[in-house]
Amino acid sequence: MNIVVCVKYVPDATADRRFESDNTVDRVGVDGLLSELDEYAVEQALQLKEKRADEEITVTALTIGPEKAVDAVRKALQMGADSAVHVQDDAIAGSDAVATSLVLAKAIEKIGQPDVVMCGMASTDAGMSVVPAMLAERLGLPQVTMAAVVETQGNQVRIKRDGDTATEVVGGTMPLVISVTDQSGEARYPSFKGIMAAKKKPLETYTLADLGVDAGQVGLSVAWSAVEDTAARPPRTAGEIVKDEDGSGATALVEFLASKKFI
Amino acid sequence: MSEVLVLVDHVDGAIRKPTLELLAIAKRLGSPSAVFIGGADKAAAAAETLKGYGADKIYTVDDTEVKGYLVAPKAEVLQQVAAQASPAAILIPSSAEGKEIAGRLAIKLGSGLITDAVDVAEGGVTTQSVFAGNFTVTAKVTQGTPIITVKPNAAAPEEGAGAGAVEAFAATISDAAKGAQIVASQPRQATGRPELTEAAIVVSGGRGTGGDFTAVEALADSLGAAVGASRAAVDSGWKPHTFQVGQTGKVVSPQLYVANGISGAIQHRAGMQTSKTIVAVNKDEEAPMFELVDFGVVGDLHTVLPAATAEIEKRKG
Ligand SMILES: Cc1cc2nc3c(=O)[nH]c(=O)nc-3n(C[C@H](O)[C@H](O)[C@H](O)COP(=O)(O)OP(=O)(O)OC[C@H]3O[C@@H](n4cnc5c(N)ncnc54)[C@H](O)[C@@H]3O)c2cc1C
Ligand SMILES: Nc1ncnc2c1ncn2[C@@H]1O[C@H](COP(=O)(O)O)[C@@H](O)[C@H]1O
Repeated sequence: MNIVVCVKYVPDATADRRFESDNTVDRVGVDGLLSELDEYAVEQALQLKEKRADEEITVTALTIGPEKAVDAVRKALQMGADSAVHVQDDAIAGSDAVATSLVLAKAIEKIGQPDVVMCGMASTDAGMSVVPAMLAERLGLPQVTMAAVVETQGNQVRIKRDGDTATEVVGGTMPLVISVTDQSGEARYPSFKGIMAAKKKPLETYTLADLGVDAGQVGLSVAWSAVEDTAARPPRTAGEIVKDEDGSGATALVEFLASKKFI
Repeated sequence: MSEVLVLVDHVDGAIRKPTLELLAIAKRLGSPSAVFIGGADKAAAAAETLKGYGADKIYTVDDTEVKGYLVAPKAEVLQQVAAQASPAAILIPSSAEGKEIAGRLAIKLGSGLITDAVDVAEGGVTTQSVFAGNFTVTAKVTQGTPIITVKPNAAAPEEGAGAGAVEAFAATISDAAKGAQIVASQPRQATGRPELTEAAIVVSGGRGTGGDFTAVEALADSLGAAVGASRAAVDSGWKPHTFQVGQTGKVVSPQLYVANGISGAIQHRAGMQTSKTIVAVNKDEEAPMFELVDFGVVGDLHTVLPAATAEIEKRKG
């Protein structure tokens, strides 16, 4: 069985994230890392493999991103993925989800027929949560998304998720695309052994030419949507803070709410 | 005037409020056409409501054949309606499912997609809030039929009848679109409180509640508010995940957000930072949440909240 897990290299959420002058996300000047939300995808891919120990299962970590993005797949290898692919090409910079899903789909086809494509619930930077659906559309596969629990039996997949209006069990048949949430279970830390082993695992770098993707199909200039402007949110003006003493806090709070007509 | 398609979000025919907001936005862009995919027996009543909020046209698509199948069939329906209507734009509620439908549709139509818009102006210029609400971005789709998913509360629903022409639309759904199916569903228990993402006021509790949400819920009820929770409260099993506010929970933008016993981690802020007025109760005056507030009380929520609730009830008489 082939499992491809898609992981993204993102600017650290606790660092000072910003935009470049061309309104693309600054992915070079800000420290980056494997998106925390994609660690959950790696974890579920590894658990799937471990639960079916009697089968031949390969977990391949796949990322698209700048040179430093190799850190994302490297971490996945350290956690236990078997091999990794990094698609790196200057032409990709500034790509939107439409182009990202195209390159991911081509890379997955090159890696080989997948049984499961595992994704995170959203990128922690752009966070559109659309790449898995677009990827499924491009690969002609069903998708079961936002999984809090993933179970498989043979080629059947069942996931559990918290929908807006109901808790649902969703079923699908492999091959398919799965996305998992941060409710799916803590991701493991790489062990020392894992870190050493990762150094010997295969890690390939593809360019767009390797994937047969024309550079004119990706990148900022052909994005199907364009950012017109970005603006930092004005800092909130400092509010009033009172210390509660013998009930004074509650009275002041209610006064405030009343002054704003919330009561 | 060109049609603007609005995908109707409903539960068994009961139309959810964000759809009515989309109709108001659609009016800015053209002539609103609602696409109702649901039971044939519910279509007439739904069409009446949609007309009442400005739909000039309502495409009703019988879902008997695809009920329980996820996302892909709806994307196919919209693709087929779009082929007939050549709309100026397609608006979809920004729920998890809505965004996935939009994603598939964008690939099918070769159209650009913008998600999570908090506003859409004439000409289709969208406003989004990114990086945990720290930046505002305006953007526009530059290729194909603009597909825009819009967050709840982006506009106020506008009553006022549209032409309301109903067309039963016969869609053909491929077998490939029936690959993922809901096999069991447990409807959420009604809480009697407003929907978290739609509420004008949200009162949330975090680890500081110590697991007892009574005071948080009582304050919420005195204000007619929805109840939210931090991930710490959800991970502790005190509230289901659907209550979670934040990066991996719901993103809310109410008129008033009251954070109780919540420290204000960036992932929590990502879900509430764009609220109009922010109030916090926390016993630690150094809590980062206080950096955001319009009004804050340094104190124990277990004494401050019940006293505030009692005072509010008294004032309401
Ligand atoms: C990938 C990722 C995604 C995440 N997504 C989310 C998300 O969507 N939503 C989210 O909320 N978090 C999320 N988190 C977790 C987030 O980082 C914080 O851990 C979490 O928000 C902390 O919750 P809290 O504020 O309730 O708890 P704490 O940080 O423990 O804060 C508790 C607060 O309560 C106060 N307190 C204690 N007792 C009292 C009392 N009696 N009266 C008044 N105040 C009191 C304390 O002073 C403290 O400030 C995410 C984290 C990661 C890594
Ligand atoms: N550049 C990328 N490289 C690899 N995987 C990606 C990339 N962008 C998005 N993904 C995958 O798609 C998921 C959702 O991303 P998004 O739609 O950007 O929120 C992520 O959690 C990843 O699994």
